[in-house]
Amino acid sequence: MNGQALQDEIKRNRLTLARLITEVENDTPSGRAALEELYPLTGKAHIIGITGAPGVGKSSLVNQLALAFRHHSPSEEKPAVAIIAIDPSSPFTGGAILGDRIRMRDLSGDPGIFIRSMAARGAIGGLARSTAQVARLMDAAGYKVILIETVGAGQAEVEIASLAHTTIVVDAPGLGDDIQAIKAGILEIADILVVNKADLPGVENTERALQSMLLLANSGQYNNHQHWDIPIIRTIASHGDGALRVMETVQSHLSYLKTSGEWEKRERLRIRDEVEHLVIQAFIQHLQENVPLADLNNAVESLFQRETSPYQEVQKLLCKAGINT
Amino acid sequence: MNKKIRVLIAKPGLDGHDRGAKVVARALRDAGMEVIYTGLRQTPEMVAEAALQENVDVVGISILSGAHLTLVPRILNLMRTNGQENVPVFVGGIIPEEDVPILLQAGVKAVYGPGSATTKVIEDIQRLTNSE
Repeated sequence: MNGQALQDEIKRNRLTLARLITEVENDTPSGRAALEELYPLTGKAHIIGITGAPGVGKSSLVNQLALAFRHHSPSEEKPAVAIIAIDPSSPFTGGAILGDRIRMRDLSGDPGIFIRSMAARGAIGGLARSTAQVARLMDAAGYKVILIETVGAGQAEVEIASLAHTTIVVDAPGLGDDIQAIKAGILEIADILVVNKADLPGVENTERALQSMLLLANSGQYNNHQHWDIPIIRTIASHGDGALRVMETVQSHLSYLKTSGEWEKRERLRIRDEVEHLVIQAFIQHLQENVPLADLNNAVESLFQRETSPYQEVQKLLCKAGINT
Repeated sequence: MNKKIRVLIAKPGLDGHDRGAKVVARALRDAGMEVIYTGLRQTPEMVAEAALQENVDVVGISILSGAHLTLVPRILNLMRTNGQENVPVFVGGIIPEEDVPILLQAGVKAVYGPGSATTKVIEDIQRLTNSE
């Protein structure tokens, strides 16, 4: 099927789209073929990442944000919204409980919304390995807004920033002091900060800690956001309070991206990041196919006996795979 | 390629007891499956919509309210309309013995009453998804 025909089909038939997502998630040849056909037709969606610690209310915020886009968008045509919600896989069995839909029941029955749960399948960084590709399918299927909810993220799960055009970091009262807020990591990737559960005591402290973090960041020389002041928005996502403001802010961030040239910059970074990932994956596969397990076991054994050094063994193994460094 | 069995565990109707559903969800997770759990009080439309969007391999429905003869055929019909007539559906919960044949007749693959072993559910799912 050529790209245009395939695009028409996944726009019309949601089951075809759902099945194709599975193919892409499992990295099958037909999934890859479809992505290749569709690639020239993509790049139209606004990808929005929602991240934050477990239990801060990411799913509830995604639920309210999707409702806001569907019902209060200022544009004439309400954008179709796709949601990718990622939960962790068990490191022992590979199984997973994907429970983000529980908080998204308000979205059911709207044909302009498509929700897909994904298990991280051992990927670290807060996303699944194929999240970028699944987002691309949804982009091709005509979803103009794509909300990606990461796994409950700690401090280092920052991969979403290189996939999303706009990254929302969700915080909640009672999770840490102002030193947490100036540590490196997740707060640095925020384009928009949300303090959810704003009806809980301690909301002022959380907000103040974030504010001082932003002040420190702005005074430093590595300020990446010269034309975008990162806003802090209070929400009570379980009631929908503040969701409209978050949506409006997401939209102003989009116009900032488009007018400042940041959109092109981020797209290039995004593509670069994706290609790097794919090269590394292909490289690992090449190694697995070309280095016999026996050689690896031998290397482990001679290292265990302290007969050689890890660097020497790596050289030998790479040589076997036809790579000279 | 790394294919995983994806299962929707759904809780339609008005009863608020989801311990059974959670026990099964956890057992399937421990068997290496990806379990989509949608929470309480789902309408048949919500269940069918989730099954479609998630492209699941199996649907498990938990009902303790006694409304199974209304809810289950409705879900099966919606799934048929969506083109998912080949996705196996099983039912767990409090189902009177005389209703079991009616559900099987309607297209349900298996019915698990109280005290059913989760190992049996796992085996059945593995068998049903292998034969596809």
